[in-house]
This record gives sequence, structure tokens and C-alpha cells, in this order.
Amino acid sequence: MDNKLFLITNKPLQLEEITNKVIRAEAGAVTTFVGTVREFTKGKRTLYLEYDAYVPMAEKKLAQIGEEILSKWPDAKTAISHRIGRLEISDIAVIIAVSTPHRRDAYEANEYAIERIKQIVPIWKKEHWEDGEMWIGDQLEQNQYPLGHPSKEDLQ
Amino acid sequence: MINVLFFAHLQEIVGNERLQLDIAPITVSRLKQYLQTEFNFGQIEQVMFAVNEEYATDDDVINPGDTVALIPPVSGG
Repeated sequence: MDNKLFLITNKPLQLEEITNKVIRAEAGAVTTFVGTVREFTKGKRTLYLEYDAYVPMAEKKLAQIGEEILSKWPDAKTAISHRIGRLEISDIAVIIAVSTPHRRDAYEANEYAIERIKQIVPIWKKEHWEDGEMWIGDQLEQNQYPLGHPSKEDLQ
Repeated sequence: MINVLFFAHLQEIVGNERLQLDIAPITVSRLKQYLQTEFNFGQIEQVMFAVNEEYATDDDVINPGDTVALIPPVSGG
């Protein structure tokens, strides 16, 4: 059991444990996002994934996302855990829990968190297929940086 | 000395998680050129640099004792 709100761990993630970190009297809504390992991507079969992270910086960037959420949704409380190491199909890679007084904010803030994770948190996945393996960079070509780097806005 | 950390495919190219270099003070941009010449990373322009766990820009200066990390496009979540 780890009480840190923003955590990178090589242990399996427990939904209830992370949800409990944000449940509180002021909240009337808790949204959770659970990211799992998908077997088929664009028709290609994944055998398993391997995640690597720059752990201290990744935890700092997760905490930064929590602060960004607080500035946009002042009553929100956020907890994020990301697993690293070898993950099998359907294993949980990430859990985001956000609690707010009302549900709309909880949904919006939760989606904001996963989008930001894919922009600024130094975590990488390696796909292992039947016929090879590769570290994945820009997923779906969405994270190309035309200027050679993320914009200031992306990184703040 | 500075510590330089490598992750994901960059770590496989370098064959090491970290290097210690006696090269500081140096700008991020100069270090980028040095590493590119040394290891030929390919698309180095897609790699972000972090100094002491914060994203840095090309003009930032790296000082002795700093930890630099090369951050290729991330793929968490």
C-alpha cells in the first residue's frame, strides 16, 4: 500500500486503493480511468508490453498534472498511478482517479489527465510482437513535434 | 562531471543507462550535437532534454553536477 497520490510502481495496480485516495466528504463524484494492455493494435498482435520510466521525473510530472487540474477545476483531487516493467494483455498500466463536488468536472479533469500523461510524462512502452519488438514513440503519429520539441504550453 | 541518462531505444543505442561526461559547463544544444556525433541517434530533433528533472531548452546551460536526461517522445498511458 502506497499513499502517494502520484506514483510510478512495478507492482500490479489496484483500482480501489487508488480510488480511496481521492474519496472525501466534499466530493460527490469520482471518475476513474483504467488503461489496460490491448492485444491488437492496427491488426498487429501484441504478446506483452514493457514500460520504462524516468521515475523521479515522471512522478514530478504526474504531480504537475495534478496541479494543473487544481488550477482548472479548483475543487478537484487527483491520484494517478502508472505501472512499469513487463505487463501482459489486459493488465492495468495506468489508473487515474479524480474526485470533485459535481460529476461534470470529474469527467473533464480525468480526460485532461490522460491527455497530459501522453504529452509530458517520461514513460515509454515497448511492444513485443510475434515477429519483433519496438519502443513506441509518437503513438498514432499524434505526438509529433513539428518544431522539434513540444511547445512551451505543452511543457508548463 | 555531469550525469547523462538514456531511456527506451536511446538506451539500447548507447548500450548503457547512464554516462558520466566531463564536458560542463555546456549548453543543451552543444551537448545535443556532441551526443549526436558520438552515437548517431537519428531523429535527435524529436528528443527532449531534461536538466535536473525539468524540461530544458537549447539555450539552457548544464553545469557540473547536473543530471541530464534524454527524453524521446513519450508513450505512457
